[in-house]
Amino acid sequence: MLSSGARRAVTVWTVLVLVFLYAPMLLVVVNAFNKSRTFSFPPSGFTLRWWADTWNSTGMWTSLGNSVVVGLCATAIALVLGTMAAFAVQRYDFFGRNTVSFLVVLPITLPGIVTGIALNATFTSVLGVTLGLATVIVGHATFCIVIVFNNTQARLRRLGTHLDDASADLGATPWQTFRYVTFPMMRGALVASAILAFALSFDEIVVTTFTAGPTVQTLPIWIFGNLSRPNQAPVINVVAAVLTVFAIIPVWLAQRFGGDPATTRV
Amino acid sequence: MAAAPISLTVRRRAALAFLLVPPMAWLIIAYLGSLAVLLVSAFWTTDTFTDAVVHTLTTDNIVRVLSDPTFRAVALRTIGVALVVTACCIALAVPLALYMAKVASPRMRLALVVAVTTPLWASYLVKAYSWRIMLSGEGPLAWATGYTPGYGLTATVITLTYLWLPYMIIPVFAAFERVPDSLIDASSDLGASDASTLRMVVAPLVFPGIAAGSIFTFSLSLGDYIAVTIVGGPSQLIGNVIYEKLSTNQPLAGALSLIPLTAVILYLLAMRRTGALENV
Repeated sequence: MLSSGARRAVTVWTVLVLVFLYAPMLLVVVNAFNKSRTFSFPPSGFTLRWWADTWNSTGMWTSLGNSVVVGLCATAIALVLGTMAAFAVQRYDFFGRNTVSFLVVLPITLPGIVTGIALNATFTSVLGVTLGLATVIVGHATFCIVIVFNNTQARLRRLGTHLDDASADLGATPWQTFRYVTFPMMRGALVASAILAFALSFDEIVVTTFTAGPTVQTLPIWIFGNLSRPNQAPVINVVAAVLTVFAIIPVWLAQRFGGDPATTRV
Repeated sequence: MAAAPISLTVRRRAALAFLLVPPMAWLIIAYLGSLAVLLVSAFWTTDTFTDAVVHTLTTDNIVRVLSDPTFRAVALRTIGVALVVTACCIALAVPLALYMAKVASPRMRLALVVAVTTPLWASYLVKAYSWRIMLSGEGPLAWATGYTPGYGLTATVITLTYLWLPYMIIPVFAAFERVPDSLIDASSDLGASDASTLRMVVAPLVFPGIAAGSIFTFSLSLGDYIAVTIVGGPSQLIGNVIYEKLSTNQPLAGALSLIPLTAVILYLLAMRRTGALENV
């Protein structure tokens, strides 16, 4: 048992770290309603004007559309490949199993800039592909596989193989066992994986910068490009506030479907 | 499995191949293939007039990266920033994780896990941007305390610490949770002070968690060039230089990106030597 002094010290520390984590986000939300065009604290007054401006911003809608397309395609690819890899690692014993896990995790272990520039070099100077949405999707799918892999693998490990064995003993074909026994038990983990993979893709900027080329903008790239334009600041503030509040959605949904947003991303 | 009919093991192997080939093909072709291209492209050169990539092998880029004093200064600065950020994350995360795992009630613990996880899913850019507002001359920090470090390396360290802190908290918390309460009780029953218990009993058990978290904070800091663009003022990290060179001299950018790659690999190897990665 720790002494009461030590307990009090770590409690105070925890409160301070939580303030450190949440104060900037709170500030972003407050700032979206700030009346003045240039930033100053405390805010000079309350207004909803910037929300209307944001709604009418075509650049925002175009880039949001691109982000959604990229997120959906990358998630679909990652969902298929990640699940297959998770089944292979969890349900089969084979030489090189650790290598497979290592290879899946590698894209998020190495710095994003390395992944980005490696893909950029391959696309532009070896394959001669024009950078665009398709190349962004390839990049995003590569680092989303690990999210699906981690979530599905954890679920498969918890499920064990008893029900699969029972199903096989009762004469079901492997496909029937998968379709009627394994898949229904996996569904929650798959939905959670998909949500988390989409969220990761939706937010990614470094790999995107190197694979998107000059013509395609995803939402993060659009925000980044507008950060240096002072007259766009109010619109950026509103988008920032919306994204901050929306951050709760993937965590909440994923937990509801039995995924683990904490261990997935780490 | 030895007693199984031949056809079954063959079928099992076929099923394994079916499951394994598509994801491995994707990762090996798209990812390892690209990394290989990156390594090779560092030895290519560009046409002096058109900046187009010429596929002739030369060690000029590597020599330039290693000998140019500007590149060396930026590389050292980047590694320094990554180490400071890692140290700050450890300092912030360890007491918090200790509270979560050993002091908080189960209900509070769950709430805190959600509370430290949610910021991970908030937009990266928005989080970096929030520190630009926070640290600005007219920002809340200056308003409340009359002081702000302004935009520069200090602001970059603060922002990166903020961005990567949850990546440290989660593995350290998991490590603290695995330490049996009985060990702590036994240590204090035997007369050890809190400090001695933490240092001699808890610290060795928690170290793998800290090492695992530090891989993320170190690697993510090394590759980051967005945060420093937003809050770093005039200071540059290796990522900025790589990005800048990409449009004019892609092979040089490739050679430069070997710096963060090498640093991360060396860091991983060093962590592995300590045995920290074996039970993560």
